[in-house]
Amino acid sequence: MEHKLDGNAAAGMLQAIFPFDMTLAQVTCAGCGTTTVIGATAAYMHGMGAIIRCPRCDNALIHIVHARGRYWLDMRSVRVLQMKER
Amino acid sequence: MERRTLLGRLSWQIGEVVAIRPETVRAKSITLDLPGWMGHRAGQHVDVRLTAEDAYQAERSYSIASPPEEAPRLTLTVERLDDGEVSPYLSEELRIGDKLELRGPIGGYFVWEAQMGGPLLLIAGGSGIVPLMAMLRHRTAVGSTVATRLLYSSRSLEDVICRYELDHLVKCNARLDGLCSPHRYPDATRSGLASRAAPADIYLWPHPVRRNGRGQPCGTGT
Repeated sequence: MEHKLDGNAAAGMLQAIFPFDMTLAQVTCAGCGTTTVIGATAAYMHGMGAIIRCPRCDNALIHIVHARGRYWLDMRSVRVLQMKER
Repeated sequence: MERRTLLGRLSWQIGEVVAIRPETVRAKSITLDLPGWMGHRAGQHVDVRLTAEDAYQAERSYSIASPPEEAPRLTLTVERLDDGEVSPYLSEELRIGDKLELRGPIGGYFVWEAQMGGPLLLIAGGSGIVPLMAMLRHRTAVGSTVATRLLYSSRSLEDVICRYELDHLVKCNARLDGLCSPHRYPDATRSGLASRAAPADIYLWPHPVRRNGRGQPCGTGT
């Protein structure tokens, strides 16, 4: 069952993959062009992962699934992902 | 010269429950000992993972209630959701000595440290007060005098988490103001803070809210 939260809820899963503070990572939406920090996006959590949506146009930016020892990332709607070194 | 360390990928750590304290009828504070804990900043959260005997796993995020000054101990304040998968276990089944799997700290997006200054405006609905408690406890621990205002809306006075501590903090701190607004509609379902704290509540504020302050809203429907 999906549960809408903010991007901070999906950040833990992303930080198991990317060695950066992912709540501050910036995503540029391929749909509307808006750039948002992941902490300010909408995250829909489900049993196997999450869907991160653009707060402006609701486009599904990142689909993340974690199962059977693998991560799947569908990021076709992210034009640019920007992360800052510490 | 300060060494910049690379942030590693997060992995799961095991903590041991060392204290459990009821906060309200529905909320409990759980203190964990985490030997490998590297510290956190007020406002950050952890992911908690429960594994059942049949290997089914459930994960949820919980804000850290304790200030960074209490590391390597960590306190989470959990409010039981009636239809929750994880919160009923944490608030009713967990015992001192039990182990809990968690990863973190997560979230530089929602942090406050005294050196960031203020004025600071904290807005919370229900259990959204938890990360703000970490901020207020950090503020006290470092002796900060940053002007701080808290607006806290909850279902009822009995549901106000850390009520007596907040009362005490406001009484002892000249530069800390607090306003708690229990819901006016006792049978209302959980929804956003804006629809529950009435406009009149803002006007009860002792001082005008300045425009260039730092705002940290947190809670259901923020």
